[in-house]
Amino acid sequence: MTVDASAPPGNRMTVPPPRDTLGRRGSVFLSLHPRLRLTLLLSAPLFWLGLVYIAALAALLITALWTVDTFTGQISQTWTLDNIITVLTGSLYQTVTVRTVGVALLVTIVDIVIALPIAFYMAKVASPRAQRILVIAVLMPLWASYLVKAYAWRSVLSQDGILQWLLAPFGGETPGYGLPATIITLSYLWLPYVILPIYAGLERVPDSLLEASGDLGGKTGATLRLVVLPMIWPAIIAGSIFSFALSLGDYITVNIVGGANQLLGNLVYTNVGAANNLPLAAAIALIPIVIIFGYLAVVRRTGALENL
Amino acid sequence: MRLSRAARGILAIMTGLVLAAIYLPLFVVFVNSFSTSTSLSWPPPGFTLEWWSRAFRSEGALDALVTSVQVASVATLISLVLGTLISLALQRYTFFGREAVSLLVILPIALPGIITGIALNNAFRTILGIQLSILTVIVAHATFCIVTVFNNVIARLRRQGTNFEEASADLGAGLWTTFRLVTFPQLRSALFAGGLLAFALSFDEIIVTTFTAGAGVKTLPLWILDNLFRPNQAPIVNVIAVVLVLVSIIPIYIAQRIAGAEKIVR
Repeated sequence: MTVDASAPPGNRMTVPPPRDTLGRRGSVFLSLHPRLRLTLLLSAPLFWLGLVYIAALAALLITALWTVDTFTGQISQTWTLDNIITVLTGSLYQTVTVRTVGVALLVTIVDIVIALPIAFYMAKVASPRAQRILVIAVLMPLWASYLVKAYAWRSVLSQDGILQWLLAPFGGETPGYGLPATIITLSYLWLPYVILPIYAGLERVPDSLLEASGDLGGKTGATLRLVVLPMIWPAIIAGSIFSFALSLGDYITVNIVGGANQLLGNLVYTNVGAANNLPLAAAIALIPIVIIFGYLAVVRRTGALENL
Repeated sequence: MRLSRAARGILAIMTGLVLAAIYLPLFVVFVNSFSTSTSLSWPPPGFTLEWWSRAFRSEGALDALVTSVQVASVATLISLVLGTLISLALQRYTFFGREAVSLLVILPIALPGIITGIALNNAFRTILGIQLSILTVIVAHATFCIVTVFNNVIARLRRQGTNFEEASADLGAGLWTTFRLVTFPQLRSALFAGGLLAFALSFDEIIVTTFTAGAGVKTLPLWILDNLFRPNQAPIVNVIAVVLVLVSIIPIYIAQRIAGAEKIVR
């Protein structure tokens, strides 16, 4: 800096003012108008999401208030609450809703319980090299097709599959097809989506905090409960949004490994396809929509939505 | 907190067990792709390379692969642009309805696919009167891919702050120059990671695709669903799954390398 000050003024490098081009003027104008900048940034994505998604969703919900003409099979636009009342009071819908939410909750719990130790090992114990390999190992199965993985579990769980073959010597046997198989398969499918946010959350916990807790006499259990858990809670919730929401709407896995069981997704699918009753399907679809919105509203305060 | 050797050991064993469980079905798929049994019974009765040679000659599978790559590429491109715009808006500005916008971005992934699927199907066919085609699939996929780009980019923006951009502006760079030379290079690896996830998400999507694909459009998952339960085709599906997993190592490895290199710099 002293060199600059002592140099004769004539030798100082002078920066010419920027040329006054059209682009320059536009740039200056935008710099002076942050609201206009914001509008330009937001207009394209909001146009897309609003037009493509929200309008479609709203139209679907309105359809729930219409009915299907039993003779022509066409949707007739007479306003009625019949579909909604059917879905709210029908025992089939109540049973299936409880079953679906139960499956989704169990899948979420299984995934979190499995994800926590492996994510902790990846983030805090493994060497940087092992860490990189582990992340790849967790990510890779995401690329094997969802269908192939579900079908692989069908093959693993079948009566002459590898699980029976492995367990038979110990007197165990495969659970076969049904709700347990559905829960196993769904947990398997969504596990990477739960591990990754929790791993990212744990990476953000500085090692120095763990050491400080240890230095202050915190045992491992207390440190995990009082230091680590509160910090990674949003990440856990973020992972749970994936496993819960993805399980709530699934109908293909349950078709492949679930035996004769139906989930909400199956009811929607049957009513759109075979039964050709879009209004009723839309009314059934309201159940997971309400549940998800409720769930998001509850977890919004944890800051989980910023950890997805 | 100091983890004892025993605790580290237990964690390592648990990690190993989970990885074993993760790879068991994939291992079964791999072995079955060489099995002479078409019903996937275990242990496999014999060894054959027939499925591998048939898979590489299966026109249906190869066409579906091309379609899937096209759909995923365009959807990823759209979501990269829209995701970056929306994360810049949400991270750098405060405005009325900001929370609603961030909810709007995650909604397509948070709501079950079948709802997105029938909503878009209904909107395309009955409201807009558009024939379902490959374009409708791309539009649908781009909609739920935005969120993966958004998450990666906004996390990066939050971490890096605006100091460099302000310095660039102070030194006389215009908005576009600053974005091109300062903001974009800092976002590059986040864009790569987000784009990779978006591509994977689109490439494997089946439910929304079922409802938005036109009659002649077969993405790879749709083709697999058609052929999964045909005894003579199921082993070919296994071959394709094995190839996809092996090929996927390359982009994931690159993403890891980029992320790792940046960590060292910081």
